[in-house]
Amino acid sequence: MRPSAVFTQMTSELNRLTIAEASARLRRREISSRELTRACLDRVAAVEPRLNAFITVTADEALQQAELADRRLDQGDAPALCGIPLAIKDIYCTRGVRTTCASKILDNFVPPFDATTIARLRAAGAVFVGKANLDEFAMGSSTENSAYGATRNPHGLERVAGGSSGGSAAAVAADECLAALGTDTGGSIRLPAAYCGVVGIKPTYSRVSRFGVIAYASSLDQVGPFARTVRDAATVLEAVAGPDPLDATCSGRPVPDYARALSGEVRGMRIGVPKEFFVEGMDAAVDSGVRGAIAGLEELGAESVEISLPHTDYAVAAYYLIATAEASANLARYDGVRYGLRAAADNNIELYNRTRAQGFGAEVKRRIMLGTFALSAGYYDAYYLKAQKVRTLIRRDFELAFEKCDIIAAPVAPSTAFRLGEKTDDPIKMYLSDIFTISVNLAGLPGMSVPCGIDPEGMPIGLQLIGPPFGEEAILRAGDAWERSGKFAPPRSRL
Amino acid sequence: MEQERISLEQVRHVARLARLALTPAEEQRLQIEMSEMLDYVDKLNQLNTEDVGPTAQVGEPGITTREDEVTNPSAADAMLANAPARDGFFFKVPKIIE
Repeated sequence: MRPSAVFTQMTSELNRLTIAEASARLRRREISSRELTRACLDRVAAVEPRLNAFITVTADEALQQAELADRRLDQGDAPALCGIPLAIKDIYCTRGVRTTCASKILDNFVPPFDATTIARLRAAGAVFVGKANLDEFAMGSSTENSAYGATRNPHGLERVAGGSSGGSAAAVAADECLAALGTDTGGSIRLPAAYCGVVGIKPTYSRVSRFGVIAYASSLDQVGPFARTVRDAATVLEAVAGPDPLDATCSGRPVPDYARALSGEVRGMRIGVPKEFFVEGMDAAVDSGVRGAIAGLEELGAESVEISLPHTDYAVAAYYLIATAEASANLARYDGVRYGLRAAADNNIELYNRTRAQGFGAEVKRRIMLGTFALSAGYYDAYYLKAQKVRTLIRRDFELAFEKCDIIAAPVAPSTAFRLGEKTDDPIKMYLSDIFTISVNLAGLPGMSVPCGIDPEGMPIGLQLIGPPFGEEAILRAGDAWERSGKFAPPRSRL
Repeated sequence: MEQERISLEQVRHVARLARLALTPAEEQRLQIEMSEMLDYVDKLNQLNTEDVGPTAQVGEPGITTREDEVTNPSAADAMLANAPARDGFFFKVPKIIE
């Protein structure tokens, strides 16, 4: 074989490496970040026309970052993420790089600053492949609400990638990058992770800074990673978590060494199985896939215990009052005055009304309207305040449950990835995709999705692991033990 | 015609509060959708929350205050760079009715 053909063969596989593998090879200087980045960019060019995982591909910047990373790697002692290509959900402010939130209202917005998470990743030497697609302003469960087209599922192009971080999940699943950043407000990391067959973590609320993350619902939004393995996801999480003076809601608690939690040891770990999460109407394949994974963890020495989360049935209702109310306040800033779209208008009121009418998509308008109503005079007590009280009840359910168990295991969603267009006519049907993820955001707990099976059509199924506040280590340990047990090997996308 | 949970007039009032100019078709569709959502969230009234306090925030607060000192150089130009219309250090806007 000619040497250049061998080189091409090797280069084209680099994008399929895990962070752990790539990082080891980068540090030994067996490969360069430039080659690794090139492999990802080639893959992006090959699959993007079918996948649409990215809104903006930052090829030139990525190669520049790779070059800087290579110089650092040459000097030795570079951080774990140095030279590693990542996708960034287009909701993180990235200085000098267009950030749209998948909305026409921010189509031309270029942030003058980096989100804290982005600054930390830059400091670690990571490479940014591009800005990943999402549901507009993170409002959605399928990435069909993007102003830039839907993202398709790499395991079945007629299926959704899940949402709202569908682009991030799909990019990892399709090997366009080695890991990605998403955000999760009601399930927006865990759901696409499950649908796309990758690992996704939503940390404890306040674990990671939200500074520079364009806000949807401020008491629910959380930053988190997608990756192909639990170890990789833990590596990204550790790089971005921790105190930030720029975010008053970000906890001052130091970040543990998450890698040390990956001991493989789950003997004696009590796994709570919530009876309300295994309901009629669930996919039989999801039910058996998740129960199979719980049984697998038991084979490794964990114990399962049935628990009850009695207010589960009220979580979606409470969420769609609280999240929409907070969103109506957070999205009030999009008014055509200082940035983004500006409609033609003769006076300021017309400016706001028309800019927002033209700039926001239907789902965003729907949620702003509902949220505004829930906060309006005469209705605040019956709706918003009531929902906040139910939030207390939901939080208490988990507190009581964690007296009986160390972590909770459950499905991520009632089904595998549905078909594009299947739920777009019925908002409530779409909202119910979040039924198993939403209460975790209301309670502020850490949750992770790990692949645990496939359905008869080959679509991925996710196992959700939920921890007590700041219990990331427990869920990482269990997820990693499951993944490395070999009882299920997630299929790679055949795209 | 079925009585919707929320009237068209209420929809228009909310749209005014939200600063959204809706087309008549959007108003009608939102009336239906909001009514359906309000019917759905009604289930919260099945729960007695008389002695339950509201949860406004979860997680742990972090560092909340610092000395009131300027710690960064002026970023005025960067911040005005996205302005749809600009005049020096001002954002230009259509007239504001008194």
